[in-house]
Amino acid sequence: MKISYYPGCTLKTKAANLEMAAVASLAALGVEVEEIDRWNCCGAVFSLTADDLIHQVGPVRNLVRAKEQGAEKLVTLCSMCYNTLARANRIMQTDTVKRDTINRFMDEEIDYLGEVEVVHLLTFLEQEIGWERISEMVKVPLEGLRVSPYYGCTLQRPADVGIEPFGSFQLMTRLLESLGATVMPFAAADKCCGSYQILNGQDGAQSTAATILKSAAETGIEALATSCPLCEFNLGKQQGKLLANGLIDSAVPTYYFTQLLAIALGVAPESCRFDLNNGASVDLLKNKNCLVAA
Amino acid sequence: MCDVEKKAPQKTPRVATGDRAILPEGAKTIPVYIMGKRYEVPETLTIMKAMEFAGFKFLRGAGCRGGICGACPTVYRMAGDYKLHFGLACQTVVEADMYLAQIPFFPANRAEYKIEEIGGAAEAIHALYPELFRCVACNLCTKACPMDVDVLGYISALKQGNIKKAAELSFDCIQCGLCASRCMGEIPQYHIAQLARRVYGRYIQAQAAHLKARVAEIESGKYDAMLQDLSAMSKEELEKCYVEREREPDLASPGTWQPNEKQYL
Repeated sequence: MKISYYPGCTLKTKAANLEMAAVASLAALGVEVEEIDRWNCCGAVFSLTADDLIHQVGPVRNLVRAKEQGAEKLVTLCSMCYNTLARANRIMQTDTVKRDTINRFMDEEIDYLGEVEVVHLLTFLEQEIGWERISEMVKVPLEGLRVSPYYGCTLQRPADVGIEPFGSFQLMTRLLESLGATVMPFAAADKCCGSYQILNGQDGAQSTAATILKSAAETGIEALATSCPLCEFNLGKQQGKLLANGLIDSAVPTYYFTQLLAIALGVAPESCRFDLNNGASVDLLKNKNCLVAA
Repeated sequence: MCDVEKKAPQKTPRVATGDRAILPEGAKTIPVYIMGKRYEVPETLTIMKAMEFAGFKFLRGAGCRGGICGACPTVYRMAGDYKLHFGLACQTVVEADMYLAQIPFFPANRAEYKIEEIGGAAEAIHALYPELFRCVACNLCTKACPMDVDVLGYISALKQGNIKKAAELSFDCIQCGLCASRCMGEIPQYHIAQLARRVYGRYIQAQAAHLKARVAEIESGKYDAMLQDLSAMSKEELEKCYVEREREPDLASPGTWQPNEKQYL
């Protein structure tokens, strides 16, 4: 099977670990990843101003690329890329006036009418591979690893592009269970990580991260799984400081769900680039005997 | 940029030499608008020659006249159409009812750096040009490029940390600045691309061993005496040397030709 894939800028730089683990996992699952040619930034943050169409041009241009390269589905990994692409796609599918304006502005491109479906990798894994098949493919079960999905904001909001209904965390839960992990209920799974507040109000971002990490530790969660580089950064990068300031009592490493998938599938741990995880030790995974190439 | 010579546009086209237009027999004239004013210029001329025909004299905004120096970017529009077009004045032939504007210089931000200090990571480029991240992928830069460079492509590559791709995609850039003139994010694309190519050359691209060896030779002083001899020569002596120099034949197969005088090899 071959899939058209949109990586996103961060997955080529700071969050190469999110991408590399995914590409290696998909190869192990027999899926060939075809990165679309000539993609640009997704826009990073969806513009909420109704008539601010210039900020929809970036995401739509990527969908144009996917369409002209023959993709029916465009798979993406990063929560924020997924969100901006899927929401821009909704505009192109449902609002004919805005669609015409955007198409007319992009007069150097083919017209785009919302033909491409934007799919998050979690959805793709459920629909095209299936949890049973993944479970059969597991070579290094994540036995005894108490982990919880951390969705943050953009995987479920708003409802019309959410990968599943708000408050439901079934996709990642089923995936992690298929990998042999113990999935814990987590009250803060859909709380905001502090997002870009980290840039202008460190205290605010610190307190949101502290709330999430504290809630995780109190539930007995040993690690969090995410698909968002910004969540990973906010929860991971600040942990040292939060521990030092006594705002949290214990560290809770944050891994990308693709990294956990990769190690369970027996992919060489080097492909997971754990060295790029912000402040997340791999000792936990080593101690659980999860970090071995099959 | 240019001054209008204090004389009326020529009524009878002259066959000209040098920078003057050479007109074909019976060339017709067409109307063009230079900075909003109508001039009748012979068809078949480039924009640059047409402007000179109309009496403008380029002090700046003209360079190689061969489409490669980037000094003569021009924005134009055809009467009756909203669409803007972009080209080099020395390469674009005039058409009837063109509205022309020269943009010989654009005040785009140009960062200062020492190439040997900044290192080869994309973050160095991001730090020098944080405005890179103001790109909204509108693609007006690409549409404006007279060299058909994929400007959005190389800007995107840099956001993705791919300096090699940016250096390769921007290779044909002639630094005319039309991209920056159209950018709503006020990004100096062409300066950033130049930095990317320099970083690529300095830190990423494989180094040529023979070049390294030659630089070492030069630095060891091997050629100092020859240079001193040349510097000490009179103009006449230099000219004589130049005229009498041995020259590799144009069609010599590579590596086969040797000069008779071998003492400098």
